Amino acid sequence: MKINRNTFKWSAWLGWQMESNWTRPFIFAIYAIVRPIAASLILVVMFYVITYLGDPSTARANFDFLFIGNAFFMYIAQVLFGVTWIIHDDREHYRTLKYIYISPANYFVYILGRTLSKILITTFAVIITLAFGVIFLEVPLNPLGVDWLLFIPVFIIGLLSIIAFGLALAGISFLTAKHTMGMNEGIAGVFYLFCGVIFPLSVLPDWGISFAKILPVTYWLDLIRTSLGAGAGIDTAVAGTSVEVSLVVLIISTIGFALFSIGTFKLGDNLARRKGYLDMTTAY
Amino acid sequence: MEFEDDYPKPSWFRMNYRALWGRAYPRIIGANREPSWVFFETFLPILAVAAYVFIYKAWIPEPTMAELMIGFVIVGGAMTAYWMNVLWSMAAQLYWEKEMGNLELFMVAPVSRMSILGGMALGGMFTSTVRAVSTIIAGVLLFGVSLTVQEPLYLVLIFIFTMLALYGMGMMFASLYMMWGREAWHMSILLTEPIYLASGFWFPLKGFQYMLGQPGFWIGVGASLIPITLGLDGMRQCLFGTEMGFFPLWLELAVLIALTGLFIFLARLALAKMEELGKKEGRLTLRWQ
Repeated sequence: MKINRNTFKWSAWLGWQMESNWTRPFIFAIYAIVRPIAASLILVVMFYVITYLGDPSTARANFDFLFIGNAFFMYIAQVLFGVTWIIHDDREHYRTLKYIYISPANYFVYILGRTLSKILITTFAVIITLAFGVIFLEVPLNPLGVDWLLFIPVFIIGLLSIIAFGLALAGISFLTAKHTMGMNEGIAGVFYLFCGVIFPLSVLPDWGISFAKILPVTYWLDLIRTSLGAGAGIDTAVAGTSVEVSLVVLIISTIGFALFSIGTFKLGDNLARRKGYLDMTTAY
Repeated sequence: MEFEDDYPKPSWFRMNYRALWGRAYPRIIGANREPSWVFFETFLPILAVAAYVFIYKAWIPEPTMAELMIGFVIVGGAMTAYWMNVLWSMAAQLYWEKEMGNLELFMVAPVSRMSILGGMALGGMFTSTVRAVSTIIAGVLLFGVSLTVQEPLYLVLIFIFTMLALYGMGMMFASLYMMWGREAWHMSILLTEPIYLASGFWFPLKGFQYMLGQPGFWIGVGASLIPITLGLDGMRQCLFGTEMGFFPLWLELAVLIALTGLFIFLARLALAKMEELGKKEGRLTLRWQ
């Protein structure tokens, strides 16, 4: 237990150092701000194009919907990307994967610790993005109007489900060559497409809507919007489902995906050891 | 018997041609030896592109305009393959080679560094083209995008000069990245979304004007320094009509030709300068900074 606690603590510290100490704090702060703001501005310009070409009467509600969805999607993109990249980075760049394996540290706990630093940095980016939206884009977010009792548990459970997905991908990364980045991008694309991040799911074909309903992130984003009181009301696949039912589905699907992910991670880890992939390098 | 009689020194051209092909080879052959990349590089990226397609599909009620914007997104999505390749497999590659211990081998090889970088570009273009083509095919088959080439000659020329300018820019970045440690990695991350924004990957470049008026035009002019900006706008004009074009096609082609010359010249300059600096400061073999 003590070894796991120490592994978690020091790997989180290591992750933070790796993320942040490559430059001065000021440059790091700019770096942390520019990217999420640019990602949001892409949607802002798209929104203006849509308003110019489409129906301006519904534009405001649509914009709030996609802005909030996109801000919280950063957790999915960053955490998924972060967790799987750790395997590639340790194995091929720093070539420390095998040394961590032969240390007393549990690699699974180590990955969780490294993920924590990603979550902290992403939280900073999400806060900056939301603040930018409130100040410059009139997104109607008011801390006093937020249903914190709903937001906090929903946020934590959703984050756990995202970490679970990340672990499943990490398990697969043990076995793949340098395609980790394409895989992250693609899997993040699945969530971007099927979880009602930036458009209402009702425009998807029926099979797409059915698929969306089994993904915890769909419920997570819907409940996040409801608890924030902004961007809700657009016809999503889970519209009409009560908050309680959505919450139960979120919890059950998160547990299901967590079990699946742990299994996938263990399987990938096992196969990689058996096939001798722990020190593979493919950076051609 | 002299060594050189048995092994005559190849001509400068032959050596550099071999270096170019030699560096392109592992990327093309390596990719074929790991067929998993086909799934990761073709099917999965289409999903993210599809999300942008559905934004326009959901919120532009007029079908003709929605179709036009979907076409814009598909072309933008296809071109992301090249931008990602330039960032990660060109610009960041010398940094990676340094980390892997290959850079010193490149430095002592009796060939131009430009040939090695050119080989990287050629090899990288192979996988990027597969990804780009699969995105276009998905756009046509899944979203019914209708591609009517209205200006075939311009389309070919704009694409070629966009690639030359873009990979020239990648070569220039590669020499800068070579001097960096982890900054290189973070710089590539930083140049993803901001460039998607500036170059209008997911919307017409004129979107800045719809949003900001005249200042938006100047943002577009500034963004034109990135070759893919005018390349994208030009290709969209060739495929979907000039109505939403930013500049006339001839002007975009002229700027791309100028950018090609500029970036290849700057790449050569930066490479020589960075190599000299690297040798002086002893950073060419410095790893894991």
